[in-house]
Amino acid sequence: MPYVAHPSFLVLGAYATYVVAGFGIDPLLAGLLLAPVFFVLGLGIYQFYYLTFERRGSDQGLRGIAFFFGIAFIVQVALILVFGVDQRLVDADYIGTSFEIFGDMRVPKRMVVAFGVALALTVGLAAYLARTFTGRAIKAVAQDEGALRLMGADPVRIKRWAFGIATATCAIAGALLIIIGPVDPNLDRLYIGRTFCVVVLAGLGSMSGTLVAGLILGIAESVVLTTAGTAWAPAVAFGILLVVLGVRPAGLFGR
Amino acid sequence: MRNFLFGAAVLLGAAAALPSFLAVEYYYFLGYTVLQLIVLATAWNILGGFAGYVNFGSGAFFAVGAYTAVALYKWLALPLGLQILAGAAMAGLLGLGVGLLTLRLRGIFFSIATIAITIILETVVLNWAYVGGAKGLPILRPTEIPLFDNYTQWLFFVMTAIAVVAVATARYIQSSWIGRGLRAIRDNEGAAECSGVPTLKLKLAAATVSGALMGAAGAPYAMLGSFIEPSSAFSLNHAVNALAMPIIGGTAHWIGPVIGAVLLGTVQQVVTVTISSEVNVLVVGVLLVVFVVAAPEGILGLVKKWRQPSSK
Repeated sequence: MPYVAHPSFLVLGAYATYVVAGFGIDPLLAGLLLAPVFFVLGLGIYQFYYLTFERRGSDQGLRGIAFFFGIAFIVQVALILVFGVDQRLVDADYIGTSFEIFGDMRVPKRMVVAFGVALALTVGLAAYLARTFTGRAIKAVAQDEGALRLMGADPVRIKRWAFGIATATCAIAGALLIIIGPVDPNLDRLYIGRTFCVVVLAGLGSMSGTLVAGLILGIAESVVLTTAGTAWAPAVAFGILLVVLGVRPAGLFGR
Repeated sequence: MRNFLFGAAVLLGAAAALPSFLAVEYYYFLGYTVLQLIVLATAWNILGGFAGYVNFGSGAFFAVGAYTAVALYKWLALPLGLQILAGAAMAGLLGLGVGLLTLRLRGIFFSIATIAITIILETVVLNWAYVGGAKGLPILRPTEIPLFDNYTQWLFFVMTAIAVVAVATARYIQSSWIGRGLRAIRDNEGAAECSGVPTLKLKLAAATVSGALMGAAGAPYAMLGSFIEPSSAFSLNHAVNALAMPIIGGTAHWIGPVIGAVLLGTVQQVVTVTISSEVNVLVVGVLLVVFVVAAPEGILGLVKKWRQPSSK
């Protein structure tokens, strides 16, 4: 499915967290509270996509891509209209303070929190996809819809469910995003690069691969940041993405 | 064909004669903007509409044309015509590279790769001090203009000429064997290859021509505002417009992007003036989604349906 709108929902998640956290709720908790809302939003978007494109058989090619591209664009512009182009941030006990290790070395607490939650989320999702029936069905639907139907599972329901989970993840990831640093509406373009870089580098469908790929991208960005300067950082994710797409589209762990 | 050539000649003549009737510079600015959209939409449609490869990177081609022109103008003070040719050539080369990507990438991955190219090139230009980097570069227009009273009128005429060339190219491609081959690629690339369609050659040609036309549209860009900076030259709006206008007008025929660009370009200008430029961008996004969902064949499809209501 040509789901290019995902990074926009990530940024939307960050802004939703910002709004909810404005009521004095911890941003992490806000992300968790928003997850069910985003889940329903994801279900709705897929249902709409299914009714207007997949059922008519016109989801392939131009129009499906244009649809999600349009959605992404609308989300971005709507955020600009509502919040302006200024950067927004949230506050919590663990933001702005840090752990001290070995005297001079400091690790900001917000980074530790974000890292822990992100790791737990990835491991949890990987376990869900590998162990449960629905999880395995989600992996199967990507490979062969017809076969899945023969096994007695409804591919449309499975896909809607997967869409819901993916969008719910955006809420939590968005909360993490605004915890580790300020966000602005134009961030989604950067995250299109990062998201697809990690997914493609990992190999489509490989959950453990995403951890490795995410690590590689993170280190590559930091190295470029410190050696070449901040101005070159945006090109890193897209550069890796382009090289992987050109040289080995299956990614590191893809089949 | 004769009608088309005649129409093009009349249009160019009108663009050349217009300044003797209408002096307000702002109208030429508006006209220029709409014409630029026509070129972008038509160029996009050659690869996207005919061959089915969705290019999100129109901004990259546009900016490559613009920055090539600016760099050459600053270095050698080339005249506008040569700037446009050079801009088109560079953007055409980029198109050739994008065409090579289609060897391995289809569907959404091709589209993402074109976004990647945009961001990488934008980063390069941001760090390129000669053309102003992130700060941008003010440009002194030449003071002497052949035949025209002011530079905007001259640019308007030039853009009319580029638009005529772009539409004529799209029209030629559509009606020739190239267009038939591209349509075969869009419908089923494997089957086309098996039936002896030279798919790679055609895709490379389509990507190169599409890129070159976008570059030509971008080349005079810096001259219009006497200024250039990366974030507006590489703006996502170019990509969205170039994609939305053919889809709204109809991708199957060369007139579709022209209709889409004229309608949407006019609406955009009205909304920008009366409400705000953010809302104008939103309008394009919403219209794109509405048309993709409700009228997949665009305005052309609606007209066709309206003409033959009984046959389905």
